[in-house]
Amino acid sequence: MSDKNSVPDKKPDPAQTLGERLAERGVSRRSFLKFASYTASIMALPPTAATAIAQGLANARRQSVIWLSFQECTGCTESITRAHTPSIEDLIFDFISLDYHHTLQNASGHAAEAARETAMKENAGEYIVVVDGSVPLKDDGIYSTIAGISNLQMLEETVRDAFAVIAVGSCATFGGIPGANPNPTGAVPISEIITDKPVINISGCPPIPEAMTGTVAYLLSFGAIPELDHLGRPRAFFGEAIHDRCYRRPFYERGMFAKSFDDAGARQGWCLYEVGCKGPVTYNACATLKWNGGVSFPIQSGHGCLGCSEPGFWDLGGFYKPLSTAKNDPLKWAAGAAAVGAAVGAASAMAARNLRKKSLKAAAAAAPKAAAEEKE
Amino acid sequence: MMELLEFARGPALTFAIAVFIGGVVFRIVSLFMLWRTRDSTANRAHEKPVVIAALREIIRRMWPESVYKQRTLFTAINGYVFHIGLALIVFFLLPHILFFQDLLGLYWPHLPNNVIYAVSIITGVSLIAALIMRIANPAQRIISTFDDYFSWLVTFLPVITGIVATSHLGARYETLLGLHILSVALLLVWLPFGKLMHWFLAFVPRSQTGAPMSHRGAQL
Repeated sequence: MSDKNSVPDKKPDPAQTLGERLAERGVSRRSFLKFASYTASIMALPPTAATAIAQGLANARRQSVIWLSFQECTGCTESITRAHTPSIEDLIFDFISLDYHHTLQNASGHAAEAARETAMKENAGEYIVVVDGSVPLKDDGIYSTIAGISNLQMLEETVRDAFAVIAVGSCATFGGIPGANPNPTGAVPISEIITDKPVINISGCPPIPEAMTGTVAYLLSFGAIPELDHLGRPRAFFGEAIHDRCYRRPFYERGMFAKSFDDAGARQGWCLYEVGCKGPVTYNACATLKWNGGVSFPIQSGHGCLGCSEPGFWDLGGFYKPLSTAKNDPLKWAAGAAAVGAAVGAASAMAARNLRKKSLKAAAAAAPKAAAEEKE
Repeated sequence: MMELLEFARGPALTFAIAVFIGGVVFRIVSLFMLWRTRDSTANRAHEKPVVIAALREIIRRMWPESVYKQRTLFTAINGYVFHIGLALIVFFLLPHILFFQDLLGLYWPHLPNNVIYAVSIITGVSLIAALIMRIANPAQRIISTFDDYFSWLVTFLPVITGIVATSHLGARYETLLGLHILSVALLLVWLPFGKLMHWFLAFVPRSQTGAPMSHRGAQL
């Protein structure tokens, strides 16, 4: 694969196709086909889809993308821009016309907003909106504004003529940290606001770069949305639980568990369930695609999965609390319940004793009468 | 469905534990505070100390008398199979031990998950056999009430949902785990108010029979 830095950079011609652009950057047809096969493979598509992706991508025109950043930490941008090696994913990222992105664009202030408005006007119905960050709704959304516009207003306005909406990161997909209890800004995910068109959710804190580039490649190749799960996430990346693909899984079955981080068991690859791993309920491709070019992933580096690609992962009851434990404090009503139980039990026993006394009295009173009657 | 698991691990379990504790305390207090008539009869020559007499009766009733053995041997053995099975599952699967550790601060060694899985299958089959025996035997069927069947159900549900959750069968793991915890919550809520209260009271009537019998000279 060629080094993108080996070719002098120049602004792509809007009429240029991706195939032409890659050829210009020195990417061979063979490398391109390898990438198409790789993308088809990681998205669990049939082998024939590789050709379709290659053709689709080669003929794709420069795609306008508007990237909106709301209540977020920029970790998602860090993830997508930190490819491990100069790769075709990078080139696709370079190839798309990123018309608006706070962190990456040169323009600022009014010029930045003007770029967004121009992109919307010139590419109406064709541009992709990528959103990272949640949207605050409390108090008319005053907790996050850009150029004096609330996030809600900017989102609704930008999405109106979009071809597709991709929510990246756990804040945009499920509310993330801003939406965690007690959610002071009334933060909501994008899918709660945009209900008239499909929202592709690529969750994770941050998401795996390949999940983002793979989804964009799919959109560019097929002009359609990939198969999604019940949470709106591409099934190709979020179809399986991390636990099911984890290399530590056999130790779970054998009952061999690390007792603390970096103990002998943890180093030998024993299961991290006991130290709070959320792998069994987390759906993501970390255990298969891994991070940093397939080098490792959190569980491999010795830390349990936090469940960052699942809704409400901050409020799951603690990162280091095993999944089988009760959430919060299950005994908070126990003392009160015991006191009530004891009181009701004592009252019930006293009532039974009184009833017994009354019955005995009645029997005693009736006895002489009965004896007298018998005499008669 | 993460919401189901959250509900099960959170409010459902907190509520169930409160009802369980309140209910068990209620049953025990209301039983032990009842009036007990003093036995004023004279001690017999060979009377055993109260504790020994009670223990003897508890142990004696752990196996059928020879006259009944032929008819009740399967029921007795089957009873042991699922009781021991349930104890192994509840107290020796690591996720369960972690639950108790979080609740009570106690920790003890566990068995491999695969072993517990096999025990669960045996226990499930044994419970089904117990139900079939109950239905198939006319006498048992006649004396069976809602309490018997419902107590069986709330015992069986955690076993079967545990097996299904471990096998990842039919639904996503978080949904199955949520259902498993909810089935345990149902068991805890029902336990104090039905025949499952024998968790705590099984040996009380045996002692209550054994000690006075010994005092009155019965040779058991």
